[in-house]
Amino acid sequence: MNQSNCKGSMSTASSSTNWKANDVVPDQFPAGLRVLVVDDDPTCLVILEKMLRTCLYEVTKCNRAEVALSMLRENKNGFDIVISDVHMPDMDGFKLLEHIGLEMDLPVIMMSADDGKQVVMKGVTHGACDYLIKPVRIEALKNIWQHVVRKKKNEWKDLEQSGSVEEGDRQPKLSEDVDYSSSANEGNWKNSKKRKDEEEETEERDDTSTLKKPRVVWSVELHQQFVAAVNQLGIDKAVPKKILELMNVPGLTRENVASHLQKYRLYLRRLSGVSQHQGMNNSFMSPQDATFGAMSSLNGLDLQTLSVTGQLPAQSLATLQAAGLGRSTTKSGIPMPLVDQRNLFSFENPKLRFGEGQQQQMSSNKPMNLLHGIPTTMEPKQLASLHQSAQSIGSMNMQVNTHGGQGSSLLMQMAQPQSRGQILNESTSSHGPRLPSSIGQPIMTNGIAGGVIGRNGIGDNSRGTGYNQVPPSSSMLSFPMNHTTELAGNSFPLGSSPGISNATSKGPFQEEGNSEMKGSAGFISSYDIFNDLNQHQHKSHDWELQNVGLHFDASQNANPIQGNLDVSPSVLVHQGYSSSQRSGQNRNASAVGRAMFSGVECVEQGNMQNFSPHLNNLLVDNSIRVKAETIPDANSQTTLFTEHFGQDDLMSALLKQQQGGIGTAETDFDLDGYSMDNIPV
Amino acid sequence: MERNQMRRQLALMRQSFFDQGFLDEQFIQLEELQDDANPNFVEEVVTLYYRDSSRLILNIDQALERNPLDFNKLDNYMHQFKGSSTSIGAKKVKAECTQFREYCKAGNSEGCMRTFQQLKKEYAILKRKLEAFFQQARQAGPLETACRSRN
Repeated sequence: MNQSNCKGSMSTASSSTNWKANDVVPDQFPAGLRVLVVDDDPTCLVILEKMLRTCLYEVTKCNRAEVALSMLRENKNGFDIVISDVHMPDMDGFKLLEHIGLEMDLPVIMMSADDGKQVVMKGVTHGACDYLIKPVRIEALKNIWQHVVRKKKNEWKDLEQSGSVEEGDRQPKLSEDVDYSSSANEGNWKNSKKRKDEEEETEERDDTSTLKKPRVVWSVELHQQFVAAVNQLGIDKAVPKKILELMNVPGLTRENVASHLQKYRLYLRRLSGVSQHQGMNNSFMSPQDATFGAMSSLNGLDLQTLSVTGQLPAQSLATLQAAGLGRSTTKSGIPMPLVDQRNLFSFENPKLRFGEGQQQQMSSNKPMNLLHGIPTTMEPKQLASLHQSAQSIGSMNMQVNTHGGQGSSLLMQMAQPQSRGQILNESTSSHGPRLPSSIGQPIMTNGIAGGVIGRNGIGDNSRGTGYNQVPPSSSMLSFPMNHTTELAGNSFPLGSSPGISNATSKGPFQEEGNSEMKGSAGFISSYDIFNDLNQHQHKSHDWELQNVGLHFDASQNANPIQGNLDVSPSVLVHQGYSSSQRSGQNRNASAVGRAMFSGVECVEQGNMQNFSPHLNNLLVDNSIRVKAETIPDANSQTTLFTEHFGQDDLMSALLKQQQGGIGTAETDFDLDGYSMDNIPV
Repeated sequence: MERNQMRRQLALMRQSFFDQGFLDEQFIQLEELQDDANPNFVEEVVTLYYRDSSRLILNIDQALERNPLDFNKLDNYMHQFKGSSTSIGAKKVKAECTQFREYCKAGNSEGCMRTFQQLKKEYAILKRKLEAFFQQARQAGPLETACRSRN
């Protein structure tokens, strides 16, 4: 695979240079496996080296962690696997493990004479792919190649699916990154925690692994085709089989469609349920209410997400929701595949998850999330309409806040006035890699729920218009509202920020009563991704993305709040929020978001009625752009979201906007899709 | 003849190490790593071990002179020492290390010091035995060193 994607790509041995995970491994393999062994004990080091040589591996030994890291950095593709001792004088083995996971995403095996459960557990949570007890026997080393293969396989898969490199996959550790769970659990979507957050890591990885499945990249066109098929069949009658038939896309499986449909449904639900910002989740769910009301604090959203994900007690969520929107918290069982992701969003919008996942930590509120939030801001009515099938792509991902926050928290940043796409902040950049992978994949499936919630964005926005959106992704929601959340980690709000979208959209929209939101909901998800990505990248943009999706104001505030959104709301969703960081921008974002939503709405469900034609155009435009801009990795993600919107116009517009508006989401995003690689270690 | 005899003696010596608990399975692992490319691998490793661990012993000695004892630091040193000792299969030394760490955890200064003295003794005994062993092995002929002569 080598691929470019994984840093660790390893071409094992000379002959293997490019073997894909699911391909045949070179014959010589595992001979020639390039191992880096790090241990401060010279005796052990020599013994290990000899053992590894006996296994026919290519060994490089190193007695200092710092040296090892620099070796790895200098030669990113020079090693296939790393074996490291836990106790080292200059750097803790676990820290080295994290660094490697984040930067290079290589499989790392820990070893120690210490076999205490705690230590081993720590290894697991930090993402080690294995833990060996000293004294190490040669037999134990003979099989280490399996970790390399497994990782590659996963990475490859991720790539395939999301089209983005998933560095984080990492290993079981990967993932990590997203701190969904942790934040969710704590109720604070801030994922500033980095991988260190063991919880996250574990979850992240889990998510990743769970999510791993062949992913299809839902491009805008594909999504539009999908939406068209769904509309043709009627949302109630739209079954994957029929949709597949109608779409008539070679290579697309029923399963792909089914998961996409699920997300889409969530998205729609979210759109309609946007009204509750708190309960974002719920709000999404119930189309009718879309009371965006004040998204008040993402927390509400978070709760939803959390609750949805099972992290928060359902009650709290309900409470939140009630508080927020007074919507029927129907948590309609948001399919939330995202839940896996730890996403906070788990709430209903599986879609959101996508966004989030994709975004993966949008450290910066990249506008990507624009879409995320979209669904959310939609006013209740709008949501209802959107609901139709739009799976609330969690959208709203307003990810807005990509704070650097760790993606894991799907902050529904949307909460902020503009339902920012929640950016799944993958917790800690460290997880970046992980998340991305997981997110990338699941986005479609899971909508990386909430995690992505641009925490950042949302947090801030809340101040403004209240997030309405408190994206179902709850996780995200909390962010925006608080604005403070650092949305670090930009959890991938991509797409996943369904919650956000809801949340965000609510905010601004509510006022506007936008029916538009609905449309945007669709976008939101897509933008979420962007947002996430952006977020991930731009910390400052926290809000940008959030609003992007959501604010599609009917009036189309095209002007990107952050300046990114020059394009109609769709793009801005993110931008709108990008009020970078919570402050001030929110207002803008909201406006933008609104515009976006309106745009989105129109496009999406055809509710566009409110949208001004202009908006639509923008959206259309954006959609295109979005794709282009969205970071290469994110592309996959964005596409996913854009797909959601189904509405051709909307998506494209959004995308475009994003791309254009976001001012180069690409730059922001760097995310490969979901990978949060960029997370600085 | 003499050679055979030497080899026989060597084998017996080696076996006694295991029987008397000075060395454990890990030593055999090292022996198995020895091959034509590294005919003196085991000896090299053991030498390295003694060189490196003497430094650690010095550190621990110094730390034990402090008052009050810094158990944390001592435990850290001992952890390292134990790791090395384990990797060459020094069974008795390893047992003393474990004991020492127990005392550290318990904050038992007396126990620590006592155990450490014991540890140093075992350490020295093993060192002597192994040195004799390697010397004889060299005399008996490189190919016939303990490796592969699993009993």
